[in-house]
Amino acid sequence: MPAFDEMRPENSGLRQPYQKYQAWIDEQDPARLTEKMQDAERVFRRTGITFAVYGEDAAAERLIPFDIVPRILSGQEWRRLMQGIEQRVQALNAFLDDIYHRQEIIKAGRVPRELIANNEAFLPEMIGVRPPGGVYTHIIGTDIVRTAEDEFFVLEDNARTPSGVSYMLENRETMMQLFPELFQRIKVRPVANYPQLLRQSLAAVKPEGCEGSPRIAVLTPGSFNSAYFEHAFLADQMGVELVEGQDLRVIDGHVAMRTTQGYKRIDVLYRRVDDAFLDPMTFRPDSALGVPGIMDVYRAGKITIANAPGTGIADDKAIYSYMPEIIEFYTGRKALLPNIETYRCSEPSSLSYVLDHLHELVVKEVHGSGGYGMLVGPASSKKEREAFADKLKAKPSNYIAQPTLSLSTCPILTEAGLAPRHVDLRPFVLVSDRIQIVPGGLTRVALKEGSLVVNSSQGGGTKDTWILDD
Amino acid sequence: MLLGRTANGLYWMSRYIERAENMARLLDAGLRLALTETTNSAEEWTSLVVSAGAETAFRKRHSEYTAATVSDFLLRDTCNPSSVVSSIETARMNGRMVRTALTRECWESLNEAWMSLKRLLANPIDERELPSVLDAIKRDTALFRGAFTGTMLRNEIYNFASLGTLVERADNTARILDVKYYVLLPSVHWVGSSLDNYQWESILRSVSAHRSYRWVYEVDYKPTLIADYLILNPRMPRSLAFCYRGIVEDLRQLSEDYGVHHPSYDIALKVLKGLQVSSIKDVFDYGLHEYLEGFIDDNARFSQAVAENYRFI
Repeated sequence: MPAFDEMRPENSGLRQPYQKYQAWIDEQDPARLTEKMQDAERVFRRTGITFAVYGEDAAAERLIPFDIVPRILSGQEWRRLMQGIEQRVQALNAFLDDIYHRQEIIKAGRVPRELIANNEAFLPEMIGVRPPGGVYTHIIGTDIVRTAEDEFFVLEDNARTPSGVSYMLENRETMMQLFPELFQRIKVRPVANYPQLLRQSLAAVKPEGCEGSPRIAVLTPGSFNSAYFEHAFLADQMGVELVEGQDLRVIDGHVAMRTTQGYKRIDVLYRRVDDAFLDPMTFRPDSALGVPGIMDVYRAGKITIANAPGTGIADDKAIYSYMPEIIEFYTGRKALLPNIETYRCSEPSSLSYVLDHLHELVVKEVHGSGGYGMLVGPASSKKEREAFADKLKAKPSNYIAQPTLSLSTCPILTEAGLAPRHVDLRPFVLVSDRIQIVPGGLTRVALKEGSLVVNSSQGGGTKDTWILDD
Repeated sequence: MLLGRTANGLYWMSRYIERAENMARLLDAGLRLALTETTNSAEEWTSLVVSAGAETAFRKRHSEYTAATVSDFLLRDTCNPSSVVSSIETARMNGRMVRTALTRECWESLNEAWMSLKRLLANPIDERELPSVLDAIKRDTALFRGAFTGTMLRNEIYNFASLGTLVERADNTARILDVKYYVLLPSVHWVGSSLDNYQWESILRSVSAHRSYRWVYEVDYKPTLIADYLILNPRMPRSLAFCYRGIVEDLRQLSEDYGVHHPSYDIALKVLKGLQVSSIKDVFDYGLHEYLEGFIDDNARFSQAVAENYRFI
């Protein structure tokens, strides 16, 4: 069965959200579009919007390819997604609070105890700690895929340190520079206020006892990190400091940063450093990226860390398979956005099914991300599958498997004109005393014909995502 | 409020851009001098490497001082931390680290300079291409400086970057003079042989001052006047006096903003005072070489004090 194309599904005409865009593109000279494509690349390269690819030369900086054809969703489609995402995010925060406190969901037998207790992402240091404002996941990126007109699924909940929001913002900025006339014709909901919302959202969960407006900083692992551009971009756009572990120190029970005028206290830290590196005194002692003693300050309620340490337990791929139960348990309603059917290889019956059907499944590492260490069955060779089966048998609990979905496609501009490619979507959610979702997101697109892997580290690109104001 | 690490990054970003630019100018002057048959070209190339403060590193890489080895070493060699390619890499790395402190124009011009110079210097450079390569280096660094002075708010960020530029420039001018100090000393050739004339012009050329000298002084080169121009003239943008006037102004603003008068400010005031009250005769009486050596030390001590006072690390 061919994939659902979001612009022109097979056997039916142009879909409503794309009508004005089609009318515009019909008037364009193809040569001019190709030129615009090159302009876009120049813009990105000049502004230094690059990312580093692990495993390549350390100095290598690459551009994420950008496609100039927007991915368009109607207001109605968006509202539906929003409701589903809000429900999910509420459930995730309730789940985290429960897991680190009374563990009702385990007592109720909905989630197996060993899944939590034996999970690396579960932080015993967080037991009994209630973060400022009661918020665990301040920033979430929910990965969504589509398979038909009315079928959306959640692929992943990125609840640790989701990245990509800078691309959402820069992609829009670039599109507006390249095609200003297009935005006059089509009413697209703006995304540019995201940094402002992020700042307000972080300020709203300042620690108790912090008077006035809190001092906020973004903590980056440093300029060699693959997402450094984004860290710098967000700090800049929010008008807050971009700090590294070496700038911070615990002084008098507070976290403080070294400035040209001495140490100054920080109230809210938006950290883009993984849990394990956050505090060498609590976690990895060899980490130079974190702040010795910050966990003590945190437990004393003197700093907000966003996202809270230990949130990784909520986006673990083994936990993911329990999301329908988790949502129902905490919200009392069925999940509005369904999960993808997931086989937990830790269960013997699932494992044997997975081993027999490797050629049609996608197998992922439970703790993996970025498309590393996964097997895409239909695209794999016999040899690759055999090698993977060995890894799977050696450590089954390390893997989950899912059916290969026929991801929807959107057209990209190729040398031969528009051609469909598979896409997914990551909207960005902010949680404080309320939940806010910026109307847009990051659309990732597999640039290779037929490919289903959209990760930028594996040759994927991005598109501007339009939510229509209708 | 500014992070100490950010101030450090700004300071070194500027120093390395200034260094890349100075390196191009130095080579430019060296090339001209080498074209002059009367000079001993190996000696000229040696002094160029010494001016660049890179003698030890050079000897590890090459045994002979020729146009090809020296220009390759000063422009393209990544083993030489002060080569143009290394300098622009370090400047950009620092700039990337502090990019939230820079305007978009500033960052983009730095990033573009980095991209274009990396490409330009990726392969060995044909001697015939050298002048156009040097021009490109000067142009790219000038573009950055233009973006910087044209778009940056005059606050602490500006002051720390400016300090980096001026400290590097002062060091560079002092070194160029020190390496050639003997050709400026009064000697039997006092009237100026043609060889001396070339040498003098070369010194001026390496700080882009061979034309402006004539506007300020007279048509003939005189060693005392050249020294006066490069050391004491407060209007010559690469002179020691000019640099320290700027440095003192930056520190005055910082101490006003912060309400703190640091020891580094006192060092700078003292150096400036020395440059203001001396005449060039005093300098020659004291000994040109000794004077310059003392200045280079003071300048390094000042740089150290700034880093400490403003918590660079």
